[in-house]
Amino acid sequence: MTVTPLGIPRRLLEFTIDGEPVRAPEGSTILDACRSAGKDIPTLCQGDTLTPKNACRVCVVEVEGSRTLVPACSRKAEPGMEVRTDTERARHSRKIVLELLASSVDLSTTPQVAEWIKEYEAKPDRFGPDAARLNEEPKIDNDLYVRDYDKCILCYKCVDACGDQWQNTFAISVAGRGFDARIAVEHDAPLTDSACVYCGNCIEVCPTGALSFKSEFDMRAAGTWDESAQTETTTVCAYCGVGCNLTLHVQDNEIVKVTSPHDNPVTHGNLCIKGRFGYQHVQNRG
Amino acid sequence: MSRMSRLSHTGRTSKRDRTPKTYTRLTHPLVRDSRDEPFRQATWGEALDRAARGLSAARGTFGMFSCARATNEMNYVAQKFARVVMGTNNVDSCNRTCHAPSVAGLSAAFGSGGGTSSYGEVEHTDLIVMWGSNARFAHPIFFQHVLKGIRNGARMYAVDPRRTSTAEWAESWLGLNVGTDIPMAHAIGREIIHASLANESFIERATTGFEEYEKLVEPWTLSLAEKVTDVPAAAIRELAHAYARAERAQLCWTLGITEHHNGTDNVRALINLSLLTGHVGRYGSGLQPLRGQNNVQGGGDMGAIPNRLPGFQDILDPDTRLKFESAWDTVIQPHYGLNLTEMFEAMEEGTLKAVYCIGENPAQSEADSEQAIRRLRALDFLVVQDIFLTKTAELADVVLPATAGWAETDGTTTNSERRVQRVRAAVTPPGEAREDIDIICELAARLGHDWKYADSEAVWNELRSVSPDHYGMTYERLEEHQGIQWPCPDTGRLEPTYLHGRLWDADPARRGRLAPFGLVQHDPPVDLTDEEYPIRLTTGRRLDSYNTGVQSGGFASPLRRGEYVELCPEDAERYGVVVGEEVQVSSRRGAVVAPVWVDPALRPGLAFMTMHFPDEVDTNQLTIEANCPIAGTAEFKASAIRIEKLPVATQVR
Repeated sequence: MTVTPLGIPRRLLEFTIDGEPVRAPEGSTILDACRSAGKDIPTLCQGDTLTPKNACRVCVVEVEGSRTLVPACSRKAEPGMEVRTDTERARHSRKIVLELLASSVDLSTTPQVAEWIKEYEAKPDRFGPDAARLNEEPKIDNDLYVRDYDKCILCYKCVDACGDQWQNTFAISVAGRGFDARIAVEHDAPLTDSACVYCGNCIEVCPTGALSFKSEFDMRAAGTWDESAQTETTTVCAYCGVGCNLTLHVQDNEIVKVTSPHDNPVTHGNLCIKGRFGYQHVQNRG
Repeated sequence: MSRMSRLSHTGRTSKRDRTPKTYTRLTHPLVRDSRDEPFRQATWGEALDRAARGLSAARGTFGMFSCARATNEMNYVAQKFARVVMGTNNVDSCNRTCHAPSVAGLSAAFGSGGGTSSYGEVEHTDLIVMWGSNARFAHPIFFQHVLKGIRNGARMYAVDPRRTSTAEWAESWLGLNVGTDIPMAHAIGREIIHASLANESFIERATTGFEEYEKLVEPWTLSLAEKVTDVPAAAIRELAHAYARAERAQLCWTLGITEHHNGTDNVRALINLSLLTGHVGRYGSGLQPLRGQNNVQGGGDMGAIPNRLPGFQDILDPDTRLKFESAWDTVIQPHYGLNLTEMFEAMEEGTLKAVYCIGENPAQSEADSEQAIRRLRALDFLVVQDIFLTKTAELADVVLPATAGWAETDGTTTNSERRVQRVRAAVTPPGEAREDIDIICELAARLGHDWKYADSEAVWNELRSVSPDHYGMTYERLEEHQGIQWPCPDTGRLEPTYLHGRLWDADPARRGRLAPFGLVQHDPPVDLTDEEYPIRLTTGRRLDSYNTGVQSGGFASPLRRGEYVELCPEDAERYGVVVGEEVQVSSRRGAVVAPVWVDPALRPGLAFMTMHFPDEVDTNQLTIEANCPIAGTAEFKASAIRIEKLPVATQVR
């Protein structure tokens, strides 16, 4: 008797990345294979708990015989494939994508993006000060989290996490089309008048900080947010008996943010309102 | 702050601008010479001396309330304190007010008190029954596994008096009358037998008492069940056939099953269905009680219950006692102690005079709270160890400030799928607050027992040495595997994710004790509705709140709207009341004033309240302390009430 059903054994596929032979289990994406081969490829819309959306195109690579560049995050590895991650064409494409995104969206809180801009010599400023930007105030309509759509790259990860991939609450969706597309609750109402249940699973997957804890937003505004001074400790939630793993982000002995490990068998990175935001009682220290 | 708070408070006019009482952390020990005096701050030395003096005067009349919120290690040391230092098995926790019937029912059938399957299995099953469980609100991340299962093709049935947000995802909602779970289960059982869908080879191989069970359920025809439960016969039949025909099926329940005066019987009635169909002991087929506190499973596993030693080992077994007696160098009372409910009764009789209460708030969580407070006041001596000055702590002689189990302490907790997971200290506790285990050991030392534990891992390793089910779980392995499910007797391997695979074994020796059908009878709720109290009140949990609200009141939930008495639109119209209007809600025990909320998920004659805001509306003044004789759990789910309009002058809008 096996502990868990093993399914059909997965074959190892042989192909090359940048001329080096690699082996990856059947079903892996090119990105999976690149990462296990130690090659870093920039990603924004890719999420380890979500199905690939192919929205941002920053992870494109060249595949021999393919007319167009392919997104590494979603393209499955195939035997005999010749993948090239660092060709002139791929680098140029990444550079343009970064320039377009960074000129139209505030990427100041997007991890790693500054390095990529440097690495690919992207010049977002070349479109001038009139590049299309939303230019709107952050939406602060509740005490738990803030939506700052000036930072939104429309990757749709929050919509997927709120919708059928995890939370199944469907509080947010894409409103408008083309240049008017944006993430909103129905009728663009405040969150407090929406179906939102404040699980914060959208914050967990947001790649740019467009969605953030109110505590993080306030500390950034006050200039006190300092990730280098924060510790991350994984523990178990104090509420119901499901036993969700919480990672407490602590700065100056205050819990400032809560996440959950994405590979945790109980949560897969998801929490409910109590687990994600219900920590304040321990630090009501009088 | 200003813009945001203005928005959040005026965003919805139907919400009252009410923030719950916020509790501030205890930072110093508090003592007082008599209950009429206010507390004064004391040194740890003085507070511990006083506590030790009070407890030593009460040997033989002592009870320990351990904490389903604290770590396994703390629960282990707390029960050891009761048994070794105080020489009593009177140790229990709030497991008594929720899932004690699940533990009692599962151990009567299978010899083990844990849920039989794992969260992952619900994603790979064919049929899910959610019975008396609004997991969508009460266990949201478990429900994500259910949703995965549904998206993978499983069908889900919801059995609940309320058409909850869980029921919104169901193939079919069976809205039965409160307290008619046994008629429903028996009718499903009878239908399965009559439709020749029973798993005869499993019944023959793995169970006992089938003939008696068959006779027992024979009167429960679909039409009789329809009369008693108010659920259409066709819907009951459909669920019976779906459950019996499914290749794999999960039966999940929560407090809708257990918080009844016959909670253990309810659990047995559900277990019967799994025995009838062979939906237990296989991957994807099992029984899953969803537990309500972070460590209510672990507290019982650690022996913080009156009838079991650590590792769920029976106190009545002489070999088990001998093992613990030599490990702890003590004599263990060869009989069960009092459970929480019995301890409260013993307070009334004057045979229980001192209580050491750790991290629990029985003054607000017990049914018939006025009675509970009166009984706590009658104690000669009460020590409360908590992170807040709760309503229970306000009644104490000595209050000891502790650390929060989940964020300020190292250790482990055990979840609903029996997974032991590490908790770790992330923040420094305030003031002079100390870890529970340190405090207990200080008290033990003052009472003549010098225990030395270097850290939580030392406690855990002592537990491992006496509990075979936990032996294989070193801290290192718990870290490596992100938690390990019990049983884990071996440091070199992991067991299957489900329990009782033995029942399918061809070899009778390995199959072990067969699972008996539970021969249980329908017994309607004790608090009958009549002309004077025509409405059935049932209770439950809301998404953003938790128990007596001491924890969940601490954060600014946009969903919080305070306590309401929820009625269906028809009843609201009948009584001429509207949303927000305050009304008097009375039961045979007490009365409270609460505003009305109208919820179309309710049916005529059914009202709903929670216990999340007891400082605002003390719902447990209404509930009845009619207890399950086996597990001691009170019938929180069924009281009879009436609604009365208030005189116009006092209406608050």
